[in-house]
Amino acid sequence: MPGMEKARASVSLALAGSGGAGVMTAGNLLLEAAAHAGYYALMTRTSGPQIRGGEAAAMLRVSNFPGDGQDDRFQILAAIDWQNVARFAAEIPLDGSSLILGDPSQGAPPEVFTRSGARCAAVPFKDLAKQHKDAWPNMIALGVLGALIGLPAESLERAVTKSMKKGVEAGIAAVRIGIAQAAALGAFPLAKPLSSTPRWLITGNEAAGFGALRGGVRFVAAYPITPATELLEWLAPALVKVGGTMVQAEDELASINMILGASYGGVPALTATSGPGLALMIEALGLGVTAEIPAIVVDVMRTGPSTGIATKSEQSDLNLALYGLHGDAPHIVVAPNSLIDCAATTEWAVGLAESLQVPAIVLSDQYFGQARGVVDVPQRNGSARTRSVADGTGEPYQRYAINASGISPMALPGAPGMAYTADGLEHNERGTPSSQAADHSAQMDKRARKVAQLDPGEHWASVEGDGELAVVTFGSCTGPAREALARARADGVNARLISLRMLSPAQPERLTRALDGVSRVLVVEQNHSGQFLRYLRAEGALSGEVKSLRRPGPLPFRPGEIHRELMQWSRA
Amino acid sequence: MNAPQVIASLTAKDFKSDYKPVWCPGCGDYSVLSAVTKALAMLNLRPENVAVVSGIGCSSRIPAYTACYGFHGVHGRSLPAATGLKVARPDLTVLVASGDGDGYSIGGNHFLHACRRNVDLTYIVMDNHVYGMTKGQPSPTTEPDWSSKLAPGGTGLREFHPLVIALASGANFIARAFSGDPNGTANLIAEAVRHPGFSFLEVLSPCVTFRPEQRQWKHRAHPAPVAPTDDPVRAARRILTDDGFNIGVLFRGKRPAFKAGGATPTHSPDDLAAGFSI
Amino acid sequence: MRKHPPRRSPKPESGAYEEFMSRAYTMEIEAIERYAQFAEQLDTHNNREVANLFRKLSQIETLHAKRILDEMRWPSMPALPAAYAWEGAEGPETAPFGDLHYLMQPYHALEIALQCESQAQQYYESIAASKAPRRVRAAAAEMAEEEREHVRLIRDWLKKVPKPGAGWDRDPDPPSMSE
Repeated sequence: MPGMEKARASVSLALAGSGGAGVMTAGNLLLEAAAHAGYYALMTRTSGPQIRGGEAAAMLRVSNFPGDGQDDRFQILAAIDWQNVARFAAEIPLDGSSLILGDPSQGAPPEVFTRSGARCAAVPFKDLAKQHKDAWPNMIALGVLGALIGLPAESLERAVTKSMKKGVEAGIAAVRIGIAQAAALGAFPLAKPLSSTPRWLITGNEAAGFGALRGGVRFVAAYPITPATELLEWLAPALVKVGGTMVQAEDELASINMILGASYGGVPALTATSGPGLALMIEALGLGVTAEIPAIVVDVMRTGPSTGIATKSEQSDLNLALYGLHGDAPHIVVAPNSLIDCAATTEWAVGLAESLQVPAIVLSDQYFGQARGVVDVPQRNGSARTRSVADGTGEPYQRYAINASGISPMALPGAPGMAYTADGLEHNERGTPSSQAADHSAQMDKRARKVAQLDPGEHWASVEGDGELAVVTFGSCTGPAREALARARADGVNARLISLRMLSPAQPERLTRALDGVSRVLVVEQNHSGQFLRYLRAEGALSGEVKSLRRPGPLPFRPGEIHRELMQWSRA
Repeated sequence: MNAPQVIASLTAKDFKSDYKPVWCPGCGDYSVLSAVTKALAMLNLRPENVAVVSGIGCSSRIPAYTACYGFHGVHGRSLPAATGLKVARPDLTVLVASGDGDGYSIGGNHFLHACRRNVDLTYIVMDNHVYGMTKGQPSPTTEPDWSSKLAPGGTGLREFHPLVIALASGANFIARAFSGDPNGTANLIAEAVRHPGFSFLEVLSPCVTFRPEQRQWKHRAHPAPVAPTDDPVRAARRILTDDGFNIGVLFRGKRPAFKAGGATPTHSPDDLAAGFSI
Repeated sequence: MRKHPPRRSPKPESGAYEEFMSRAYTMEIEAIERYAQFAEQLDTHNNREVANLFRKLSQIETLHAKRILDEMRWPSMPALPAAYAWEGAEGPETAPFGDLHYLMQPYHALEIALQCESQAQQYYESIAASKAPRRVRAAAAEMAEEEREHVRLIRDWLKKVPKPGAGWDRDPDPPSMSE
């Protein structure tokens, strides 16, 4: 038996089982209990390809600090059964200090897990559940896991009471049975919570939807696609409450054109999709650029190309988002860099699209989108940017008037005396189609100017720390990178984190300033070809020695990998 | 003696822009434009409260030729753009202009779903059985034996039947017009606009450049010899068995139109944050 | 399509006369506008000669319309009441859109005009010979005479312009693509 364990700042645990085991339900309750006890937490999930009955695992990290990266190792893996759970071995790394809990009636834990040297212990989840009428093995596991990490029984019971639709009494009984088992299994106690700030329990997809509504979006059209669907499902009832509308489109070609139509009518509009859908939307995004119609596309990136791995994350739509549009088509591309930042950055994107009259792509990803986290209540993105609407002064009205800002007031249908045709054809200032070189170049300059002159403000990137070593990254690599830098600092190596939110228009000058004094840059990204590295090089923002740390999905970066790379390089 | 009492506050001319059409002289689309402007005057609308949405092709040039708000989008996507606009702005009258290539080929899927969704739109398809803007390729409504550079000897494919498809997909109003009768077309457009839900108006509109034989359509078009029906079964039989030149309202359905948005808000976005609070 | 006469029931004498005159006026306006549109179309397609001819025809019809205004002592050209739109096809004097060709010659334009004037003449003759109120019949007879005069004028005009030879519509270049 292990002795007294030192309290930890974070504990990672996974609960696995096949269809009907209820591991996701138990995982969600554990998340709520952790929140109630004052901890931060993050839950991601993985599952087999089956729609029903497939093996699945809920993967949680509970911590006393905010953060949304996964840790290097899991301290606990519990399985209600082992059917096909072995397929998750790469996603649930263990080591010699880990604990594997299995139900002896379901056979021995698979070798892919035990070869880590992890200690194995038996918990007869199914038999224990028989001790109380209607008790379920997953609720036993909830009690065991909660107690192992030191969550108060009250927090676990409260989560059951609050969130279970039925079987509360049996649920609580099962949790208590589980708690009673824990003492014999060891302990992975969490350090006490450091603060009691107000928290939210939210997914990245919900956060993006919420940010969209805060930004003013009142029309959404979309076609279901994994992993963006939950964003739409959250928005469907929410839109009704705020006086907006959701249309389920027949395909992504329709959804993007629907939102362009709505936005042309003056209603801020958004669609959400993933890579395959974004690919279909590209032509119409060009229309939004040329006709100068604001539109927001949230791309919850998944592993590509083609259908790829629909349920797993990858940062590989960057090229498509930046360069996919035909013609020279200046537009906005931004990327949230934490789960909860999906709210602020989507809200920001709405303001940017509206004020610049241009489409904006928000590069979220499956990791953020489908992860559920306990997070601090976010600050609003303060800058309220809105659309410039023509008020009928300055006759005759010219929709695409050339001016210094490149932003010409937009007339909305219903306004007399300013009717114009929004056109994908090149046009003159009035909006009349034109094939004249002078009109083309004047309008190209106008569209480029308004985007290039954008002052993104502080939100363009997260710039943290100092030192002559820097990690430049974006999106969901940010959390692990931040944690890696904290570890490096603890090891006496100072390094900076620069996590870009504003990807287009590129901010080479800001990046150069942020990198002032840096001689080595580690570019971290989750894709195979180094799309982000190539982009940074093309923008001429990198100097000194540059190294690329990249790999494709589906496995997320873990802080240890980045930390190791930094330490090796700093010693080289 | 007083002038006859003016009933319409605006005339067709008020719905025309000063932008000159580039269609070939003799093209049926000129009279469709004329019919659209007449219909809007008849409906007593104001140009700023009307939006004309289109895709790509000869017919899709119409928006800029009107004095209304226009949206000349990408190929095949006029219906989605119009759907978004009408749902977001139910106060507007939204007309959609398309052709047999834009509407039935590249935009075919949207046609089915627009019929099914039944948003209060008027969809005017100028059908000349050919791609005019790309110089004479066969379209979905082209006869199987019509020979062209791209399909020498013909496609061998049977024609698409837009009216039957509209009926089967749930369009709430189906009519056929002939561009050689601009006033009749104007009346049909006005009726289509007044009818709730998705109204589909197929306009036979000759292409004098690539299908000069269509100049003879004026001898074939004739008023539909029967009254409109609200019975889809009767309408189906009628549409399937007519000679393709039956002009008039062929189906007038009773489905309620898609319920557009714009309901009074009950919450602010920040109210919704309560759902995330722990 | 067949041209439909207006579907209107007979009116008492005075109202019927006004209605007849405003319908005649409507008919003229439609013809004027159509010729003007044709002129514009042919301008756009660089056929200035025929564009100018259509413009001239439009002006001739404008004079005719003005005579109706004078006769009725209407102060200006009233906006066309919607109720007076032709219910079926267009007015008998309105040239059909479909008859145009970008390479057409003056002879073709005059043929179109001849057709329109003849139809207008027949239209008025049929009213003059109908059971319409006397005053309407008299006015219709007068209008028919004017149209007959136009028909004669256009026939003479036709003799002065060359008849197009075979292949007048030949264009050595293919059409161009615009989108």
